[in-house]
Amino acid sequence: MAHEINENIIKQIAHLAKLTVTDEEIAYYLPQIQKVLSHFSELNDLDTNNIEPLITPVDLKGYLRSDIVEKVISTDELLQTAPDKVGALFKVPPVI
Amino acid sequence: MDFLQSDFVTLTQALKNKEVSAVETAQFFLRRVESLDQQLNSFTHVNKELLTQAEELDQKISRKEAVGPLAGVIFGIKDMLCTKGMPTTAGSKMLQNFVPPYDATLVARLKKADALIIGKMNQDEFAMGSSSETSTYGPVKNPWDTTRVPGGSSGGSAAAQASRLAMGTIGTDTGGSIRQPASFCGVVGVKPTYGRVSRYGIIAYASSLDQAGPLTSNVKDAALTLEIICGQDKYDSTTSDHVVESFSQNLNADIKGKKIGVIKEFIHDIPDASIAKNFNVAVETAKDLGAEIVEVSIPLTQYAVPMYYLISASEASSNLARYDGVKYGYRTPKDQSAQLSLDEFYCFSRGEGFGAEVKRRIMLGTYALSSGYSDAFYLKACKVRRLLRQQFIDAFKKCDIIMGPVTTTPAFKLNDKVDNPLKMYLNDIFTTSTNLAGLPGMSVPFGMAQQLPIGIQLTAPHFHEQVLLNFAYALENTQPALETRKLRPHVY
Repeated sequence: MAHEINENIIKQIAHLAKLTVTDEEIAYYLPQIQKVLSHFSELNDLDTNNIEPLITPVDLKGYLRSDIVEKVISTDELLQTAPDKVGALFKVPPVI
Repeated sequence: MDFLQSDFVTLTQALKNKEVSAVETAQFFLRRVESLDQQLNSFTHVNKELLTQAEELDQKISRKEAVGPLAGVIFGIKDMLCTKGMPTTAGSKMLQNFVPPYDATLVARLKKADALIIGKMNQDEFAMGSSSETSTYGPVKNPWDTTRVPGGSSGGSAAAQASRLAMGTIGTDTGGSIRQPASFCGVVGVKPTYGRVSRYGIIAYASSLDQAGPLTSNVKDAALTLEIICGQDKYDSTTSDHVVESFSQNLNADIKGKKIGVIKEFIHDIPDASIAKNFNVAVETAKDLGAEIVEVSIPLTQYAVPMYYLISASEASSNLARYDGVKYGYRTPKDQSAQLSLDEFYCFSRGEGFGAEVKRRIMLGTYALSSGYSDAFYLKACKVRRLLRQQFIDAFKKCDIIMGPVTTTPAFKLNDKVDNPLKMYLNDIFTTSTNLAGLPGMSVPFGMAQQLPIGIQLTAPHFHEQVLLNFAYALENTQPALETRKLRPHVY
């Protein structure tokens, strides 16, 4: 399964992950990812029938806090970090 | 005042007694950074406000106001933690211009305890690495031998701590990123239990594994730092309400009659002779201190590396989806000159903003989560993770703590593994299990190999940080005191 990975799959994954990758980068990544995934497929040797996946490692009690509005960061402060802005809005290229 | 040797309590007491001022302390460390860091590249940013902040603390003391338990202690903070008004880049071009408008909870707690922040520490990009070579600011060097890596990803924190460019530093540990560089640089490093320390304001890499913790020159300083930074936080619902003990007050080096577990699957197969020899010395030392050694079996640790990389890459691919060039972070300059489609805008911004290792892990994670493969990779790893945690819980029925090596070798040479990811990943064999099981772990300096420091790794049951610190304290007490050690880092 893992060793089936090829250039087209790398291109497809990069597209899904919204990353540009050049042909040189694909040639660089392909053997590395093939090797890593093939090593990692050794997990399939293990029997995990009827085992629930463990998503978070410590069984934490969920807790609720009062729903009180707190002003932590102002709009101006947040917009300071924007690559581009107009007034109180983030500026992005037209998308439609 | 000997700033090179002083522990936190001694400095804070001296400040209160006005034997030394916070400004003098800050000046001392700023001068060290100025003169030594060119050789290490351990800082990404030096706090320009430090002297002003030190002066404010001195005034507070003059006015006889109460000061916090870390008053005047100079801390360096890994560049993964948000610091209000100070750049926070995660070592990435993606965040090179990011100045957060708020402090991470951990940073806020240090400041509330009157610690002073000297700057931000270099690291592997987005904490993805074991050598601190993937930062956009260039590699960090090991102060013991600048042709070698300091370990990673908290390599800047460990290197600066070893060279004493700060009194304490903060790192993050997702698969060993505090313990491994602590071992390579000869400092104490603690990864707390998952849920002990708030992750609010810490740049997310793999959320079910990430924990922040201290790197210090001694166990006592690490214990005091933990007291300040642990505890429930309303901004992070995964933090635990477990009581935070007075770790530093409770330190007890008496381990007589305690049981130390050694993992059968590891100890008979340590590849490096110097690491194996040092570990055996640690075992004999523990026996001399009256502890009993018991062999425990955790067979699934052999699968920790694939489990760790599948889970962490999957979580990273999801966490790093937020970097879209819209609200903050890097945006491709191509959008100025050409009409880009939305897809192109995202792809160029992310493709140009992320470095090679980050892209590799995002792609690995995207693949491991993709339709048709997620059962075989991501979910399979999560199922084995449950079994691994159970094997640790069972092992702790037979012992108080588990002791082992931290790394497979002492610090390796720069560029040695950077183009061979599998080789780099396999280096993490001894550290990743701790994060997968959510356990607290630490590295304590113990012995030397090939003129390089090495650490011993201790792992305790969930929320048993006190036990961890006590064993580390006992081992530390058997080592020559820092001031009498003949060997010092080359950059010091």
